[in-house]
Amino acid sequence: MKDQRPVVILIFIFLVSIILLIRLFMIQVVDDSFMKRAESNAIQRIVDHPYRGLVYDRNGKLLVFNNPIFDVMIVPKEFKVGDTTRFCELFKISKEQLIESYTSARKYSSVKPSTFIKQISTRDFARIQDFLVDYPGLFIMTRAVRSYPNATAGHALGYIGEISSTQLERDTLKYYSQGDYVGLSGMERYYENELRGKKGVKYKMVNVRGVDKGPFKDGEYDTASVAGKNITSTIDMELQLYGEMLMAGKTGSVVAIEPGTGEILAMISAPFYDPNNLTGADFSKNYRKLNNDPIKPLFNRPIMATYPPGSIFKIVQSLVGLQKGILFPETTFACNRSLVACHNHPNPVNLFGAIRNSCNPYYHQAFRQIINREVSSNTFKDTQIGLDEWRESVMKFGLGGTLGVDMTNEKGGSIPSSKLYDRVYGVGRWKYSTIYSLSIGQGEMLVTPLQMANLAAIFANKGFYYTPHLIKEINGDPTLIPARYQIKNEVGIDAKHFDLIQDAMAEALYGTANRAVLKDLVIAGKTGTAQNPHGEDHSVFIAFAPKDNPKIAIVVYVENAGWGGRAAASTASLMIEKYLKGTITRPALQDYVLAGNFIY
Amino acid sequence: MREADIQINRVDWIAVSIYFALVTIGWFNIYAAVYDSQVEKSIFDVSINSGIQLVWIGTAIVLITIIMVADSRFFENLSLVIYLIFMVLLILTPFIGKEVNGQTLSIGFGSFRIQPGEFAKFATALALAKVMERPTFDLSKKNYQLIAFGVLLLPVILIILQPDTGTAMVYFAMLLMFYREGLPSGYFVLGIGMIAVTLLALGVENNLYLAGAVIAITLILIFLGKRTWQRILAFSLIGLGLIAYIYSLDFVVSKLPPHQQNRIMVLFNPNLDPLGVGWNVTQSKIAIGSGGLLGKGYLEGTQTKFDFVPEQHTDFIFCTLGEEFGWIGSLVVISLFTGLLYRLIIMAERQKTRFTRIYGYCVVSILLFHFMINIAMTIGLFPVVGIPLPFFSYGGSSLWSFTVLLFIFIKMDSSRATQLGRLG
Repeated sequence: MKDQRPVVILIFIFLVSIILLIRLFMIQVVDDSFMKRAESNAIQRIVDHPYRGLVYDRNGKLLVFNNPIFDVMIVPKEFKVGDTTRFCELFKISKEQLIESYTSARKYSSVKPSTFIKQISTRDFARIQDFLVDYPGLFIMTRAVRSYPNATAGHALGYIGEISSTQLERDTLKYYSQGDYVGLSGMERYYENELRGKKGVKYKMVNVRGVDKGPFKDGEYDTASVAGKNITSTIDMELQLYGEMLMAGKTGSVVAIEPGTGEILAMISAPFYDPNNLTGADFSKNYRKLNNDPIKPLFNRPIMATYPPGSIFKIVQSLVGLQKGILFPETTFACNRSLVACHNHPNPVNLFGAIRNSCNPYYHQAFRQIINREVSSNTFKDTQIGLDEWRESVMKFGLGGTLGVDMTNEKGGSIPSSKLYDRVYGVGRWKYSTIYSLSIGQGEMLVTPLQMANLAAIFANKGFYYTPHLIKEINGDPTLIPARYQIKNEVGIDAKHFDLIQDAMAEALYGTANRAVLKDLVIAGKTGTAQNPHGEDHSVFIAFAPKDNPKIAIVVYVENAGWGGRAAASTASLMIEKYLKGTITRPALQDYVLAGNFIY
Repeated sequence: MREADIQINRVDWIAVSIYFALVTIGWFNIYAAVYDSQVEKSIFDVSINSGIQLVWIGTAIVLITIIMVADSRFFENLSLVIYLIFMVLLILTPFIGKEVNGQTLSIGFGSFRIQPGEFAKFATALALAKVMERPTFDLSKKNYQLIAFGVLLLPVILIILQPDTGTAMVYFAMLLMFYREGLPSGYFVLGIGMIAVTLLALGVENNLYLAGAVIAITLILIFLGKRTWQRILAFSLIGLGLIAYIYSLDFVVSKLPPHQQNRIMVLFNPNLDPLGVGWNVTQSKIAIGSGGLLGKGYLEGTQTKFDFVPEQHTDFIFCTLGEEFGWIGSLVVISLFTGLLYRLIIMAERQKTRFTRIYGYCVVSILLFHFMINIAMTIGLFPVVGIPLPFFSYGGSSLWSFTVLLFIFIKMDSSRATQLGRLG
């Protein structure tokens, strides 16, 4: 019995060892949850935010850059200050502020850094920099905010801000995290992927109190951030600034396009705002202020406001009629004011005269011929067929749907289809007399200023357009821009039909918009008036110039400024002169526009 | 000279090698535990614990040399004197010692301090060997049992007064030696049964279930055997005693100091308070568990390095090993300990005198208890008690006391040929 006992003791010892080894095997090899918990304990993932790409105008002038701002950080445990009076003088804070900031930092952590003084200016930074060594526990953290040296083109450029929770949810690639800045509107949003660059990540080790203990595995898993791509915009900053000067204090839009390329030279939405207000610490405060402003400075009119096209649409009607072989240059209609109101002009008129004089009854009659082709003996059915065919032709002008400009929230306006009238009046219960106001660009028809500018480009190009866009080059390479901005869109109208139109538009200037005439530069233009049931009509003018080999196509909307020949035509003419000649030779006209007193 | 030569040749080099292997691995682990990659300091730097431990190791080697050249009969003859000296020191410690965290464990002057509680282990081992060496000393007899338990319980009571429950528990490891020397198995059956009942009583929320189980088992046992009235009475009394014990346990636990209560509660539910009482065990398990099969590599551990595990260079030194060398490292160290214990039993069994055999088993008992409880504690199998891992944990008292304990036996073993056989 006694001799077995050493064996029992040995067995016991082996049993203990085996139990310990099995338990160790369970937690070390089988269960991998401890590994993850160890990682979350000691390894901190620190994102290295890349430098966001810069934005230049078409001539290489800087529109958006990153402005460094400086935060003074504090590690309370290391912080020592000898002479508090001198310290407060240097950092421009009161003694109470010093104590308060220090206490709140201390409350957060005595060993982890926290913000001590927020956003000191570059000048203060330069002043403080040399004295920082005297104060252990303080250091400077640099951040970058967007900055706009000329405070221009806020709507087109857009702004960046903290990512919203819904955007985070939609980010299936999980690139973003809470607190990241993303483009929220304009080009900043549209070219977010190009501008943002690529985040880097650093893994660092921390001890139990969160104190930095150096890089994890000597930075083996760290990745460097890649700066965002620089973008060249199609915007001409000089022209943009001039347009903003002209539109200051008014409500409306100016869109200028280079017809041959679809590049947007200027895009002004008035009233506008200083984009510098939507950066940095005051973003939310200023955003709220702008958003609540009754004049809606954040509303991007060129792509979001829709108006009936008015008289200017008569040009489209003429082109559709010519192409379909219904209208001919010599087609004449009487100015029958019993059909629709008109103004005094020679009577009757042919097509040229109708455009030049903007004759309403002419188009009332012409449009009836375009719509009612007597394809069907049923006049209701006939109208329906005619309308849908007409709509198809008109849509090719980039109307009735979004163009696809490189900005978000673009509206498409509307060109009515037979279905719309079927819905409103019932199938077979409407005919030409129901829809005749479409003939002169009124009625159930809406376009955006951008679409109007594109129309001007189509007239200038004699039948084609490139989708208007704000992007010219990405990282200096024009071929990197989205492919659809390099595709020519034909509108389905033969070029020969445009000669008469261009001549009439050039001629029209003398009749309806004398102010817009430039001595040695032929401008082709057309006035319009968008009817406004709430007040004074909106002044509209589209133009392109020079008439031969056009370099600029433009639309100007000035809301509540009455007839198109005054406010809009004058503004457009000045813009054209500014762009093509670089100088303004008509200070009186400029003063007239700046004064803004168009109704008399 | 001639006698010394013989003795060197008879030194059990296997045990000595394992000892040095463990001390060396332990030393490297202490360096890893205090290593800070940002302030790189040499392992020999005496401003950090690894440097100090090296000093302790050096002095331990001096102690080994002294033990090896001394006459092996020295300890045998003076065993009771040594025992008495340490008992006096234990009595004096609360009066002349230095108080740390409510405990008065160490005495000395300046930075030189020793913990009498640590050294009293080998003194008690010597004393037990001395009183039990006579062939007539029969542990199956009540009066001898009383003597043996008396020698054992004196230091236990003195240490509990310090108070240092962890160290006091170690003395009960000597029961293993008692078992070898013939303490009737009934004690162990009873002891293991009590431990099982205790664990159940602490682990099971409702004592009613346990009481019911005790009654059921008692009734079954009564009906299975002869139904004499003496037997029925005996079983009934035992059953009632158990039930009383179960119900008194909650009361006893509630009278324990709060930190001990918590340690017991955490054992049964480690997630009870992972940031508070459960912090040590939780972090210790994370550190060891994150080591995986092969570990993170020497000095690459993150949990032990960055202070997530408290007491990581002393009682929780095994975490550093588990984290940096993984399961394979744990296997190696546990194998070394098991090998050493195995070797010591072989050595104890080959002794010619009962004195050295008893002393040998005391060494086995103490080392096994430390090894088993310390590692079990780091992996959440046992409540956190402040007992070090032999040869590994940082600290002079601990290293010295284990070294002295072990090498006295190695010395006795090496001179066994010169002794007269007196085995009983």
